[in-house]
Amino acid sequence: MKINDVILQTVTKIVVFIILTFGVELFLSGHNNPGGGFIGGLVLSSAFVLLYLVHDIETVHKGIPFDFKKIAALGAFLAVGTGIGSVLFGNHFLTQAAGHFNLPVFGETELSTVLVFEAGVALTVVGVVVTIISTISEDV
Amino acid sequence: MTISLSIFIPFLAAIFVPFLYKRIHSRKIGWFILLVPLVLFAALASFIPSIAKGETYTHTFRWIESAGIHFTTYLDGLSLIFSLLITGVGSLVILYSIYYLSERESLGRFYVYLLLFMGAMLGVVFSDNLMVVYVFWELTSISSFLLIAFWYHRKKSRYGAQKSMLITVSGGIAMLAGFIMLHTMTGTYSVREIVAAIGQYTDEPLFFFAMLLILLGAFTKSAQFPFHIWLPDAMEAPTPVSAYLHSATMVKAGIYLVARFTPIFGGEMTWFYIVSSVGIFTLFWGSFNAVKQTDLKALLAYSTISQLGLVMSLFGLGSAALNEGHSANSIIYAQATFAALFHLINHSTFKGALFMVVGILDHELGTRDVRRLGGLMAFMPITFSIALIGSFSMAGLPPFNGFLSKEMFFESLVNVRNLDLFEVGAMGTIFLVVAWLASVFTFVYSMIIVFQTFFGEFQPERIEKPSREAPFGMLVAPSILAIFVVGIFFFPNSIGNYLLRPAMAAVYPTLAGAEGLTPQIVAWHGITSPALLMTIGVIILGAVLYKFYRYWRGIYTIAPLNWNLDAAFNANLILLEKASHFFTRLYMKGYLKDYIVYIFSFFIVVVGGAILYTGSYTFDFSNDAPVTANEYLIVLAMAVAGLSMLFAKSRMSAIILNGVLGYSIAFFFVVFRAPDLALTQAVVETVTTALFLLCFYFLPDWKKERSPIGTKVLNGLIAFAAGTIVTVLALTVQGNKMFESISVYFEDSYQLAGGKNIVNTILGDFRAFDTMLEVVVLFIAGIGVFTLIKLKTRKEGQDFEDQ
Repeated sequence: MKINDVILQTVTKIVVFIILTFGVELFLSGHNNPGGGFIGGLVLSSAFVLLYLVHDIETVHKGIPFDFKKIAALGAFLAVGTGIGSVLFGNHFLTQAAGHFNLPVFGETELSTVLVFEAGVALTVVGVVVTIISTISEDV
Repeated sequence: MTISLSIFIPFLAAIFVPFLYKRIHSRKIGWFILLVPLVLFAALASFIPSIAKGETYTHTFRWIESAGIHFTTYLDGLSLIFSLLITGVGSLVILYSIYYLSERESLGRFYVYLLLFMGAMLGVVFSDNLMVVYVFWELTSISSFLLIAFWYHRKKSRYGAQKSMLITVSGGIAMLAGFIMLHTMTGTYSVREIVAAIGQYTDEPLFFFAMLLILLGAFTKSAQFPFHIWLPDAMEAPTPVSAYLHSATMVKAGIYLVARFTPIFGGEMTWFYIVSSVGIFTLFWGSFNAVKQTDLKALLAYSTISQLGLVMSLFGLGSAALNEGHSANSIIYAQATFAALFHLINHSTFKGALFMVVGILDHELGTRDVRRLGGLMAFMPITFSIALIGSFSMAGLPPFNGFLSKEMFFESLVNVRNLDLFEVGAMGTIFLVVAWLASVFTFVYSMIIVFQTFFGEFQPERIEKPSREAPFGMLVAPSILAIFVVGIFFFPNSIGNYLLRPAMAAVYPTLAGAEGLTPQIVAWHGITSPALLMTIGVIILGAVLYKFYRYWRGIYTIAPLNWNLDAAFNANLILLEKASHFFTRLYMKGYLKDYIVYIFSFFIVVVGGAILYTGSYTFDFSNDAPVTANEYLIVLAMAVAGLSMLFAKSRMSAIILNGVLGYSIAFFFVVFRAPDLALTQAVVETVTTALFLLCFYFLPDWKKERSPIGTKVLNGLIAFAAGTIVTVLALTVQGNKMFESISVYFEDSYQLAGGKNIVNTILGDFRAFDTMLEVVVLFIAGIGVFTLIKLKTRKEGQDFEDQ
């Protein structure tokens, strides 16, 4: 289905970036404020879904040439991998570690392996949601 | 530690094979794979001297403390023999397969399965913990399934694979039940601890059932009557696989299990009778049926069944030694077990060689039908020599190792007649006669292999390819085995002292170190020895029967001798399918509406029943916060949306109304100050609404429901009841606190998990395991949707069957 709605398309161009930024913000702020991997991933995927709705699939695929199945696989791998990673360091499965680092731009920042785990969750959510929606809509 | 590693090395190697196969896309890949079993064999062989001195090695990875499951490996004489067979025969089989398999086959897949099997098999023989044994045990069944179905485009391969899987796995599950029973009695999963403690539990009722169930597992795996039917069909696998899994190693897992459990169950009358009579009968039935086979590989399959029966029966007879404890008689009976272990090794050598010979014939001539072969001695002298050595050893002729173990087998049978335990009496004589008859048939089919294939008239018009000797590489592996067959005959005691002695100590921990437990193996027992007389009798009667086979083969059509268990198995399978189809059709109607009715009725019955049963329908409103005006507003909006959905005219408006419900819930979360949930709910609602719109786009227009008034009323009642139950449930939860709330624990999230957001620390730290599995499930669901939609178009595509 090809929709030719100029207003919607113009608005989408800007809104998508706002949603994407918001998604990343939600993802990063997760540990201490509302947000996290799951919700961040969902927001990100809703941006992609919006793109699919406004433009047609081919256009979106040209613009974002990722294979979302692989993104989902990478996500699941990261989530399981952090679990196994802690075993390799002699801890129990899925033990998370954290430390404070002084990064050049951000200043004193807390970095933890939870971030990797949550990134895995987020990537899986994005990958799976977009895969499902795009496969169903391609199946005409 | 080396031992634990040796289990993992094949698995690790299996992971890297696909990557290697991309780089080296030819048969040369086999040389790299060959390194794995060779290195393992060398590493394990280095343990021989210390094991022969009576040492054992254990290594434990603590794993699941609460369930008593640990990754414990245990190396003693018994596991050493098996592991050497696994890696030794494994090396030869891989060497052979390099030349046997064509480069067009998917070699990468083949070697992955083979390594998988090798690792699983090593896991079975090395593991001390029964649960770990079980896992590896089933893994061998699975890898065997994959290997039998290697040529999956053939219908017969798939049938054979399925059959072997069904039979061995159901046996495995019985065995699991037996293991759990042992655990219930003794409180441990460790075999060694069970061996030490079992003495005080032999009178428990579970003891007998545990024995029965574990034997079921062993018998299915080792193809004992009546479970032997899967082995001939498993011969659809490529010949290296048949040589490896279905003659030298996997089918011996059942025998290993029996040997391993002899210290636990041995000495019991039931164990003695079940194991030895099943073994003897299998020995007879296998050799009797082998004679009538025309396909050489099927003949070898039946002969394997029969030889496995022989080893099994010897373990049964040998178990009598544990009844009396330490005495002169025990030592005599224990000789049967010695013969069993010895024959186990011998069988692997000569049967492996024979399988490879048949593979060579099949490979070079394109047929393995005895009726089409003949006179090949002149064309294939080396193959002929190997076949001759293997067959004569199998028939129990000198100077080959089969002669030695066959003699010991007869001797043990003669000794059993003097057994004054278990009311043996006439049974001993029956055993002796049946086993002797079976040996006669063994002699006959061994002669068939040699004489009908290599002597007689050469029939060039009946074979597909010109006959010539096999390439050198293919002959190396069977030649090595043939050298062993002869070598063991001349130096049997080096095997006896270094391998069999520690294995005997493992089977008879109570008799360990006793004088004469491991005898000197001698070829010549004197002219009056009953074993020698029996062998001579076998040769004479066997030769006569072979010569006049034409005249007596009619007996294969007489009633009890022509019974076909395969037909019974197939009929059962079809019956099972029909029955399950029938029952499934009863409730799987194909209407979403019906399924929702089932789900809600079940929900009403279970939850409503639980509320009634526990009597917890008292409501307690005292702790509730007052309901504010804006909450009433949201509830009103939800009620209106819900009710109008019933009267919606199109799918579109129903979806939007459903969205209203979802967003109202998000509002509730906002009101109740749960920003995380509100955010999630809002986004989920958005995405699902988009998904619904997308899916419903493909559906036909919404028609008015036309069903009888009775159904409507019933559905209405169910809907009403479900709603009521949910409401009641929500209210009772508030009023009845059966357990202390655990939410206090999470309040310290910053100290415990370093995060201020409790919801998120629960997701990422406290319950990270749930989250991880959810992620995996989500991923699987996504892949599922993708494959369901993408692959359905190919359904009418090409037909995979080519035969």
